[in-house]
Amino acid sequence: MKREIPLVITFVVGVIIILDYFFKIGIGTLSLATVSMEIQNWTLIIAAFALGLAAVNLLRIHSANIRLKRPGWYNSLALIITMVIMSFVGITQGTNSPLYRYWYTGFLVPVDATIFSLLAFYITSAAYRAFRARNVDATILLVTAFVVMLGRAPVGELIWKDVPRVTKWLMDYPNMAGQRGIIIGAAVGALSLGLRILIGLERSYLGQD
Amino acid sequence: MYQGRGFILVVFVVLSGAIFYRIRLARTGKVPYLRKLAGVSAIEEAVGRATELGRPIVFSPGIAGLGGEYGAQTFAALEILGYVARTAAKYDTRIIVGIRIPEVLPIAEEIVRSAFAAEGKLDRYNPDDVRFLSQAQFAYAAGVMGIMERERPGATFLIGGFWAESLMFAEVGNSIGALQIAGTANLHQIQFFVAACDYTLLGEEMFAVGAYFSGDPVKKAIIAGQDFGKIIAIFLIVAGTLFATFGLESIVNRVINW
Repeated sequence: MKREIPLVITFVVGVIIILDYFFKIGIGTLSLATVSMEIQNWTLIIAAFALGLAAVNLLRIHSANIRLKRPGWYNSLALIITMVIMSFVGITQGTNSPLYRYWYTGFLVPVDATIFSLLAFYITSAAYRAFRARNVDATILLVTAFVVMLGRAPVGELIWKDVPRVTKWLMDYPNMAGQRGIIIGAAVGALSLGLRILIGLERSYLGQD
Repeated sequence: MYQGRGFILVVFVVLSGAIFYRIRLARTGKVPYLRKLAGVSAIEEAVGRATELGRPIVFSPGIAGLGGEYGAQTFAALEILGYVARTAAKYDTRIIVGIRIPEVLPIAEEIVRSAFAAEGKLDRYNPDDVRFLSQAQFAYAAGVMGIMERERPGATFLIGGFWAESLMFAEVGNSIGALQIAGTANLHQIQFFVAACDYTLLGEEMFAVGAYFSGDPVKKAIIAGQDFGKIIAIFLIVAGTLFATFGLESIVNRVINW
């Protein structure tokens, strides 16, 4: 029963959501759309519980780091202190309170932006490796990327007025054809996985059989 | 029926019918052949490498949730996590899983725990190795990169829905010399994985991995049924091109808006 009940719930909920996407079905005040909306509201409640579990997981791991004085334990201490303070301020004063907003925009947003900015350096190092002309494929990639970059920068048009047109052609035809192949394959693959889950053939999300 | 969804319904029904037909064939003993994918074959190699080096494995199931258009990628990642965790348990190798979405945490915990249980090594399962890091995208990215830098994994698995953090993970993994297997259906991240990882599961390949590992003929039949979906897509592209060429876009629009 431990396996059957989740599989039945998955099937029933899946069928309701699919039917609601396609059809307007209802008797009196009860409609499929209402049931579907209610189910989606339940997922929000489950998500809220899951957030509690996640917070417990975080506290358990980091309090163990502090207790056992593992390397970098002071980072765990900083995390727990800031987490407790932010949660306390958020719950008691609301997330729109000046204090919460100050910490959010003054600390979290700049740290987030800093991590994001690392991407520029990672792109450079990855591009350096990817664009080395080791074989025919890599050479085609190198030449194409060079033309596309040239076409995107103002200097490209100065060198030859048709560079932006060549870039546009590369992006709109060979690149788009490849992209569509991947999109179609992925969409069909996702649908097939959905069917496997819906009919109970795929149960790995419940743990091992 | 809602307007504009009739055509989608027809495609959905036809594709589902093709898949169920292949399932019926498989049940009568006609098991389709699935070609080998390099990324799939490399999974055991990656776990073996980490074992030989005496280093852990780091697994990220991406940053997508369980619902919406990206949910399937997370489910595919969790399927692969089950196989990787079981292989890691078999070889007595530690597996560290970094989680961003709270709903994914209990599922990942259960998958890894039951993988160790299935190998009779529940005592080797460490619940602290399935870690919730943060819901914020770049805080999660910093968390995974930090784990990679500190734990120096022998292999990393980056499979699921990824966005801007994909290249950060792949480059950090590359800099520490980990064997990297990645997979995503997010179009704008695939090239980053291809550039920085050893093996990449492109789009649909990621969704097929579970069927490969299971050895179940019915699951293999479903993968074969997908090919029919691609035939439909090719037919529609050709038909759309012909209609557009002969100035009959109104027919295409009528079908789409049905």
